[in-house]
Amino acid sequence: MAELVAVIASTHHPFFYRASTATGADRPPFADEWVAKIEAFRETLTRAEPDVLVMVGSDHFHQLWLDNMPQFLVGKAPFFDANWHNEEREFGLPRMTLRGEEDLAAHILRDGLDRDFDLAFSNELRIDHSITCPIITLRPQADLPIVPVYTNIFAPPMPQPKRFVQLGRALREMVESWESDKRVAIIGTGHLSLELGGPRQFGEHGPDPEFDRKAVEWIASGDIEGCLAEVTLESLHHPGNATHGFMDFMLMMGAAGEGQRADHVDTLDLFHTMEAYFTWYPNGAPAPREATAAGAEQRA
Amino acid sequence: MSRYLLDKFLFTVDRDPELTERYREDPAGTVTWWEQERANTLLNCTPAERTTWLAFTDEERRALAGHDHVTLFELGAHPFLTLTLFIALFERDHGPMEYQRAYAKAIAHIPMPYPDITT
Repeated sequence: MAELVAVIASTHHPFFYRASTATGADRPPFADEWVAKIEAFRETLTRAEPDVLVMVGSDHFHQLWLDNMPQFLVGKAPFFDANWHNEEREFGLPRMTLRGEEDLAAHILRDGLDRDFDLAFSNELRIDHSITCPIITLRPQADLPIVPVYTNIFAPPMPQPKRFVQLGRALREMVESWESDKRVAIIGTGHLSLELGGPRQFGEHGPDPEFDRKAVEWIASGDIEGCLAEVTLESLHHPGNATHGFMDFMLMMGAAGEGQRADHVDTLDLFHTMEAYFTWYPNGAPAPREATAAGAEQRA
Repeated sequence: MSRYLLDKFLFTVDRDPELTERYREDPAGTVTWWEQERANTLLNCTPAERTTWLAFTDEERRALAGHDHVTLFELGAHPFLTLTLFIALFERDHGPMEYQRAYAKAIAHIPMPYPDITT
């Protein structure tokens, strides 16, 4: 069976690419600290030596639209082109093409349906920054095949928060029941408190630092029960009008497991939003790469 | 009230660079043309397979023709769609983040809970 080597949850800040590549007067003052945190975060995935990435994100009204809106959708295709005109225009994101892992996608679709998740699917999916941002931050060489999983955190009515947790749990079981010798990482991105197109957007911090503090603690400690006790579709309006994206973090908590403390936790307080990065190693933390390399030399 | 159609206008204009510029330069004319020619286009179908019933209310038409993001917010247009398109329209006329902050200030008087965006 496949091995789940890492579960990773992150925000997906579309400005990282531009901030991290800007030079001179264009480089924002927070860029160096941001890049350092991302490089440490990236190392947590590199160390796990994955072969395949399951990528959980949310289409921002790019391919999925209100005339035909799925709640949960799995991409099953040999390739996924990526990023859209308005992401190029507003964030300077590059066009990308990622390979797909169709065998795992087919397994997730069959197994998911049999677990009572009525998953939609797409055989021709252009993915957006909810999936390419973590590729850029965590695997910039973009060399691994992916299975995109899209959730609706954007267009009401949406599934309940507990459904996201349940899908995360199931997704982990589906990966672990895939008949393959591949090493799989599940990577999902969402939001902490966030306001887009509302009065509280683009402030000095995220719109609700108190929610962010609690959210980071729920995620870092794997406190699914505590989180579900407070978070509802209604309550998520209060920290900011785009905070339903937090449900993708809840999905990742489900994948990581109740009470599972994250092996890597980091945050960065930026204008507009707080960045947050979490990694769990379900089968124990791999040795740092330097030590592994030294061990290999000794064995040789 | 036709929130869906407001969203459809914002969505289709945002993704078409020529239409974005046309809406910036001639908002009233673009809204009139779009409602006549595009409002009843099914996006994933051939042109002949149109719908027949979609139209703006007077208030919605005025808000779009007036580039009035405050009224669009009050009407429940999806805030992400409005913001993304309006940044494309007007950010170029302002300093860094200046437009986004002014946009927020213009709707600061609208209390929570914000208008419903369910379609």
